[in-house]
Amino acid sequence: MKKSGAEIIVALLERQGIEVVAGIPGGANLPLYDALTGSRIRHVLARHEQGAGFIAQGIARATGRAAVCFGTSGPGATNLLTAIADAKLDSVPVVAITGQVATSLIGTDAFQEVDTYGLTLPITKHNFIIRDAAELLEVIPEAFAIAQSGRPGPVVVDVPKDVQQQFHEFDAWPELGVPRTVSDVDETLISAFLDRLHQAERPIIYAGGGVIASDAADALAVLARRNNIPVALTLAGLGAFPCDDPLYLGMLGMHGSRATNTAMDEADLVLALGVRFDDRATGRVADFCCHGSIIHVDIDPSEIDKIKPANLAIVGDVGKALCAVSQQVRLQDRAAWNSRITELKAAHPMVPPVFPSMFNPVQLIERLGELCGPETIITTDVGQHQMWVAQAYPFRRPRTFQTSGGLGTMGFGLPAAIGAALACPNTPVVCVSGDGSLLMNIQELATLAELNLNVKVVLLNNQHLGLVRQQQELFYGQRYIASAFQTSPDFAAIAAGFGIRSYDMGTNPNGEEALWHALQQAGPGLINVPIHAAENVLPMVPPGKANHESIGGEAIHASLSA
Amino acid sequence: MRHSVLELEVRNHPGVMSHVAGLFARRAFNIEGILCGPMDDERFSRIYLLVHAEVRMDQLVKQLEKLHDVLRVNARPDYDQTVFRRLHEFVEIDGPLTPDHCVAGDSH
Ligand SMILES: Cc1ncc(C[n+]2csc(CCOP(=O)(O)OP(=O)(O)O)c2C)c(N)n1
Repeated sequence: MKKSGAEIIVALLERQGIEVVAGIPGGANLPLYDALTGSRIRHVLARHEQGAGFIAQGIARATGRAAVCFGTSGPGATNLLTAIADAKLDSVPVVAITGQVATSLIGTDAFQEVDTYGLTLPITKHNFIIRDAAELLEVIPEAFAIAQSGRPGPVVVDVPKDVQQQFHEFDAWPELGVPRTVSDVDETLISAFLDRLHQAERPIIYAGGGVIASDAADALAVLARRNNIPVALTLAGLGAFPCDDPLYLGMLGMHGSRATNTAMDEADLVLALGVRFDDRATGRVADFCCHGSIIHVDIDPSEIDKIKPANLAIVGDVGKALCAVSQQVRLQDRAAWNSRITELKAAHPMVPPVFPSMFNPVQLIERLGELCGPETIITTDVGQHQMWVAQAYPFRRPRTFQTSGGLGTMGFGLPAAIGAALACPNTPVVCVSGDGSLLMNIQELATLAELNLNVKVVLLNNQHLGLVRQQQELFYGQRYIASAFQTSPDFAAIAAGFGIRSYDMGTNPNGEEALWHALQQAGPGLINVPIHAAENVLPMVPPGKANHESIGGEAIHASLSA
Repeated sequence: MRHSVLELEVRNHPGVMSHVAGLFARRAFNIEGILCGPMDDERFSRIYLLVHAEVRMDQLVKQLEKLHDVLRVNARPDYDQTVFRRLHEFVEIDGPLTPDHCVAGDSH
């Protein structure tokens, strides 16, 4: 066979089973695009490379398999950086293939030359620059293997234009790049895990994104239910355990409920499963779970003892570990501990709204949860709306929640929703966004309109950078700066301009019916919901404080019951 | 300050030094000295790093092991570290410089 570098890339992507590539063409990747003509791969033309990167993430987060995005050299590559860094921090398998100026021009400050390799070095799991088309036969499968093995992550492959055009003669296609198999967990570690668990009086599960990445939600449920262990989840773990189970404690940490954070504090054994002790989850580390011992299970050895030393560490696939543990775990009812949990939940309910209304964000999210089926995929942007979703939306299944947890990237929600809808065409997708975040990738409404996907944007519009405003109110003496929008666009008109149906709950006398109606419609839609600017996400652990020092929420509850 | 030597076996290609040095910068670990040279099999190189013994060596080794191009990492507190301080003795040329010794760039 004799093929150009570009043809080799496209054929290898097809062989990997890639059905969709999101990207934007330009001078340095035109040979690659040329090779796409006639391919069965569907190209999705994003309107900004950051959008393309997040579309790929949306696909990858929905399926658990690596997804691909393309960008040209220079600004194409720099525009991809945020989405790549985001994938790194949230362990999402993405393969980004960038065009680069011709080999002979590298290092000459050529038109649209940037050092993509150097720029992506600290934000990828691994990166490659290709110097000869022959290398592609090894590197492309390897890129998929790396992205999907162990703890997943993004891989960048930078391909100079002349390498894309260079013809290479070869005999056979290489093997596909697949996740490397992980070895079984040592039986003695499983026994040690079980011994500690069986001896514990107040065990608690602290589970995160690793449980979802390793498809371990079922095993987690078996373990928790057989041994009656209450389950707290991280932001990335939401969906890993059904919210309607009595053992469910919701999200822990900065915006977790007091009941959950107190339960973590009272536990004598913490089962840390597929988690990395992120500061938003732990609060002040010295105080986190200081009354209990810790069993930490994670596939990434560098996470063990990174933040908090574990009393027992299992480096390995959390799914395999949980399967082994759940098969051998004893039935224990743990009546005293669970009645204590019930007591805590009753003492610290989620704050009921002072004025119940559809425009109370928590109530709105709860209502949204009732209107959407358990299979609905929710994406969010970053801010108060994101935390209200995390607190109040009833997640029941893994991979139904996509949010930028690690990097906290405003602008994530809409393109991720597009990716999710491309991956799961028969599943409704709802992007809950804020009026600040939505504008950060608003151009992707054009992509959405073009694809006519079943994505609804529910816009919690408070005319503010709400979470910033909240911090200024609580921690900066109410000195508000740069958090209020002086002017606010007419989002309905904007959506209409992109050819997308829009709804405004503010002008509709029957808001709730409007919401229901809008969600029923096939195809894209934008639903604007006016939210009071003074609404805060509570409770909240002030930065630098311990999780038991959270503020807010309680006072309103107390004044209501007084 | 006590020091220790880390011995790395890496794939020998142009990006590998950036990966190793970049890791140190971004995880806020200091490198006091670097020695690097090809192994007998030239596809691989050996890197010796002089680092503070006080750093969280365990975490540093684990992070290095995660780099795709790093094949092996050994912490060698037992190694002789004087070479890092006496490097110039190995590379310096005896006698005065002749024009042949000057390399491009010397004039800058
Ligand atoms: C790209 C980016 N820039 C800045 C921030 C800092 N930031 C965090 S939340 C927030 C406000 C978000 O406002 P909005 O999207 O309207 O959501 P709200 O908090 O009002 O619900 C900002 C500016 C960020 N997370 N991401």
